[in-house]
Amino acid sequence: MQNSDLLVNIGRFSIMVVIQILLFNHINFMGYINPYPYILFIVVFPFTGNKSLLIFLGFLLGLSVDIFSDSGGVHAAACVFIAYLRPLLLKFSFGVSYEFNTIKLSKADLGARFTYISAMVLLHHLMLFSMEIFNTSHLVLILKSTLFSSIFTIIVLFCITLLFSRKN
Amino acid sequence: MFLLLFVVAFALTVNSHSYHRNKYITSANFFSGTIYSWKSDVVGYFKLKERNNALAEENRRLRSLLAEARDTVPFIALDSTVFPGPYQYYPAKVINNSYSKTKNYLTLRKRIGDPIEADMGVISSKGIVGIVNKVSNKYASVQSILNTNSKINAKLKNSFHFGTLVWDTQEPNEAKLIDIPRQAPVVVGDTIVTDGKSTIFPRGILIGTIKDFNLSNNQDYYDVTVQLFNDMTNLHHVYIIENVEKEAIQEIEDVEVKAPLQNRPTESIEETNQENDAE
Repeated sequence: MQNSDLLVNIGRFSIMVVIQILLFNHINFMGYINPYPYILFIVVFPFTGNKSLLIFLGFLLGLSVDIFSDSGGVHAAACVFIAYLRPLLLKFSFGVSYEFNTIKLSKADLGARFTYISAMVLLHHLMLFSMEIFNTSHLVLILKSTLFSSIFTIIVLFCITLLFSRKN
Repeated sequence: MFLLLFVVAFALTVNSHSYHRNKYITSANFFSGTIYSWKSDVVGYFKLKERNNALAEENRRLRSLLAEARDTVPFIALDSTVFPGPYQYYPAKVINNSYSKTKNYLTLRKRIGDPIEADMGVISSKGIVGIVNKVSNKYASVQSILNTNSKINAKLKNSFHFGTLVWDTQEPNEAKLIDIPRQAPVVVGDTIVTDGKSTIFPRGILIGTIKDFNLSNNQDYYDVTVQLFNDMTNLHHVYIIENVEKEAIQEIEDVEVKAPLQNRPTESIEETNQENDAE
């Protein structure tokens, strides 16, 4: 990883945590729907980067959000989960071109990008709400929260990636 | 690597779901407290008018209570060294609030040096808010009544039937009062207050009014839906309640619980206890 890459990632990490806890945790659309776009950090982490490092950073990312929202290790678990599954999802959405390290998120075509982001978000939110609610009798609530929050997060993530994909 | 970190995160999650105490990850630490403090300082300016009105309203209510008390009790110069009662109140300010999850917490900024501890009650001018969860030097994290772990002892205002106040995660302005016995005079619109049987809240702190009720599945108890007085989505100034006699009460209660188990012939004690409860 180059030096500027390192700085960009550190910056992205802190900014996403701060925005998440100060803004996105308090939207409460229709009473309970909040987006969790802080996983952008994991989504756009360099595809060639170290996998173990990403899992560790995902843990730290989740834990930072957990500390601020008094939720134990809910976000940490969900982030570690998707950081672990990311290579699989990358292969699934971008096909073999991922294997040859030629793909960049900003250059990928819209369909593949959408599949990748949606899969990451859905898995993250499913894990997040299962852990947060932690009760099988509230299964409907888990699925409902996952669905609505995912839609919200996907929209926000898409806007962010479109706005900041200047490096073509 | 994945498994290790996942297990750690899972353990923290399980820990956060179990009621009680030794929690490691809370927002009552220096970093999150500071950041929430900044935010609250900025956002707070936009709500000053509303907050002033709320405080003025509380002052008016307290003044009218004071006037009533002066009328009924001859005013005697109190000896200021006499302790005023078992409850002490400390002011605090809400710097972070959540109400959309199933387990909600608030973060408070307290005064440095106030002897705040875990398990103290938190109220606002309108009613109960929650129970202190973890304390640091300047901040305290509070388990809101909008938390599925919260169980608060509550009673009907106009009788002595009591039950447990829980939250069913549906609405941030409603809670459920369960285990109210069938013979209790439950009427829609009646007031629910804290019972004072636990050492956390004094008796008679306002909670809400009865919105709806029906018999539970086993037909012996009422499930009551309570409309909370507090707008839990809009909290600012709160008070933390210290019960100075808490330790003494808990000591006695521990003895009561243990004694009948140690030597069985003391059944008469149990009976008298039950009689007392029935009264």
